[in-house]
Amino acid sequence: MRRFAKDCPVETRLFAVLVLITLGLGLGTDTFFTLANITSLLNNNAVNLIWAVGLLVVLIAGGIDISFAVAASVVQYLAALIFGAIGGGNWATGLIVAGGLGLCLGLINAALIHGFRVVSIVITIATFNVFFGLLMFFTRGRNIYALPGWWTDRIFIFEYQSANGVWSELNLSVAIMLACVAATAILIGWTTWGRQLYAMGDNPEGARRAGVNIALMHGLAYGWLGMMAGIAGLCQVNIAKEVVPNALYGRELEVLAAVVLGGARLGGGRGTIIGCILGVLFVAVTQNGLNLLGISPFAFQMIIGAAILVAISTSNLDLGLKRRRAAP
Amino acid sequence: MTPDDAPFALRLSNVSKTFGGLKALDAVDFAVRAGEVHCLAGENGCGKSTLIKIVTGVYTADPGAHIELFGQARDGITPSEARELGIAVIWQDLALFPHMTVAENIAFDGMVGNLPRLLSRGAARAEAQAMLDRLGVRLDLDTRLNTLPIAQRQLVAIARALMGAARLVFMDEPTASLTQSETDGLLKVVQTLSEQGVSVVFVSHRLAEVLEISTSVTVIRDGKLVGVYPTEGLTQARLGELMTGAILSSEVTAQDRSGAAPVLQVENLTRVGEFQDISLTIRRGEVVGLTGLIGAGRTELAHTLIGMTQPDAGHMTLNGQPLRPRNIRAAIAAGIAYVSEDRLSLGLIQPQSIADNTAISVLDRLLNGLGLIASSRKDRLVRTWIDQLSVKIGHPDDPVSTLSGGNQQRVVLSKWLATEPKLIILDSPTVGVDVGARAGIFRIVRRLADEGLAILLISDEVSEVLTNADRVLHMESGRLVNEIDPHATTVEELEAQVYA
Repeated sequence: MRRFAKDCPVETRLFAVLVLITLGLGLGTDTFFTLANITSLLNNNAVNLIWAVGLLVVLIAGGIDISFAVAASVVQYLAALIFGAIGGGNWATGLIVAGGLGLCLGLINAALIHGFRVVSIVITIATFNVFFGLLMFFTRGRNIYALPGWWTDRIFIFEYQSANGVWSELNLSVAIMLACVAATAILIGWTTWGRQLYAMGDNPEGARRAGVNIALMHGLAYGWLGMMAGIAGLCQVNIAKEVVPNALYGRELEVLAAVVLGGARLGGGRGTIIGCILGVLFVAVTQNGLNLLGISPFAFQMIIGAAILVAISTSNLDLGLKRRRAAP
Repeated sequence: MTPDDAPFALRLSNVSKTFGGLKALDAVDFAVRAGEVHCLAGENGCGKSTLIKIVTGVYTADPGAHIELFGQARDGITPSEARELGIAVIWQDLALFPHMTVAENIAFDGMVGNLPRLLSRGAARAEAQAMLDRLGVRLDLDTRLNTLPIAQRQLVAIARALMGAARLVFMDEPTASLTQSETDGLLKVVQTLSEQGVSVVFVSHRLAEVLEISTSVTVIRDGKLVGVYPTEGLTQARLGELMTGAILSSEVTAQDRSGAAPVLQVENLTRVGEFQDISLTIRRGEVVGLTGLIGAGRTELAHTLIGMTQPDAGHMTLNGQPLRPRNIRAAIAAGIAYVSEDRLSLGLIQPQSIADNTAISVLDRLLNGLGLIASSRKDRLVRTWIDQLSVKIGHPDDPVSTLSGGNQQRVVLSKWLATEPKLIILDSPTVGVDVGARAGIFRIVRRLADEGLAILLISDEVSEVLTNADRVLHMESGRLVNEIDPHATTVEELEAQVYA
């Protein structure tokens, strides 16, 4: 535990702040610590967390991706067309189709970044615009309501009715989110692929000299995020019950903010699943708390922005102090 | 010592390498026996690195070369074949992963591969620990690399290189950024490896350690083989001559400047925890050497002189005026220049041009009436200093990163000299600079002193300060313990005193 605190100061600090906020909200409102509030918090953030763990993999590998939220919209639209055409499907085929389509979009990013040796932010800003432009062009901005029943029906993995008649339930999305988080945790923490991703983000030249297959690692990182984006898109339709082409536009920055708050380093080589979860929870709890306290939603972005500034600048302060202490 | 009849680990003959018409290597022979510590000596750009890259498969030799590895003749070699055969390189720039732990770094090469496998952290840690034990090194396996000092990172790099059952290890300038005591530790590790039958090829600019560690030396000059010499009976001066093809003087150049006016006077200067009660005087035209072990407080003292840190007690005067710089800019304005130890990261802006680097410290003096930089004034300034210090450059607009270590050091010097200082502090000016270029730098230092500059020369290479300073101050645990007259002391006596 002490080792973790020393190794992951950002995560530890974020955890402490999160505990303070939840305690404050628990005391300040009588609705925060209700089962109904907590389950809806989880339902509403499952999609964000699936994206977040995907993005974490790309950040660890030393890249960045702006296009994943729009890519999720593209996957939703294509999946709707496919299931409309074959007339049917179920959650298993849904996951395979959405994950597969997302993977392909991610691999497009990887191929462009690796093939042209262009920094990832430039390529993904370009694909962000291409994906979104094509989507708006072909849908003409119209929503799709005619979706197969399995996709829009609610499936609860947990249900509970309290004495006063309020229902608390967890969606299937939460189960899918848990599976995605677990799979990503295994990928980055427990496989040789994960070590190579960290290495590439940490010291690209060192990784190349050690014989790491850089093309494969690019494909893995952006492909994984693409797959997560596709799966998150599938889940989002289940919650919204329609495909809205521009529904996810702009969500990428919210997710990026959460992952960076959780201690992932934009330069690559650093980032943990725990930090990623804490980052998404921090954003979610802050937003939820403002709602419960009846504060203007416009305050939310201000607070997230300030939190990023504080988190980044204080972690740099720490480094400076350590260096000064290390010099005898 | 390796018996002369030990089998060859590596035997190369007639190795040439041409880059775009330029012969980097010209029919060189090179052989290393099993368990031998062999030194590859030569000045920067002589072809040493090219030779290493051919053996490790990074480059392919020109046709006609004969390559024999561990008794087997080969047509060529790829990097992965080299690794499989047990050839390892410890690169000068380390190629480690700063955010990973010691154990993860050491065990990393075992994790490379296209197919994913589950990690066994326990096994990786055990292997890493076993390797550190074999080297006789104690390190915490869970420490992140970026929190370790550079000497310990070097040890991690060695441990990592040896993980693949290495039989032939190349060390390219492993001691360039190490202090004397850290170097001693590293040399001990090399000795251990040699006793275990591993061949080590050692590349270093520090001739003293070359002679201490190796059994034989191959000297290369301008891409051609000069010869292979047994270390026994070889002196630093002789080796320097072989490498440069010129006779280098190791004569003491000290002069008596006690009659000149004092430039810097320091009295009872103290900064708690760093240095105590320091009193010294540097006169016009005088080169004062400051030596001592790492942690003795040399660099910390320099930092206070240039205003990076503030003293707790004592006072300083420069040309009779009280001196108490609140920051570096104030120190520069007062007439102090500081050439830092780490010139590559702190002293130069690598991708920028030679001209811009030279002019950066005096930009405010190059402005025209409109407050913009007058390029004619800048050109004149840059040309003056390039001539004065005889920097070998292609064009002033080339990036600094294209220059060799010795020439980069001259650009740093010219940048500071452009501020027209009265006192210049040189902190370890020859780190990573080869023998010939070192002599050139010290010729410049002496000339600057003759022109009236006061110079504080900080170095932990005793022979360097002894031959180039007028007086040598010995610092130990934050105090000045002795003042030495170079004419009355030998290198051996001073070394015994400093490293005691």
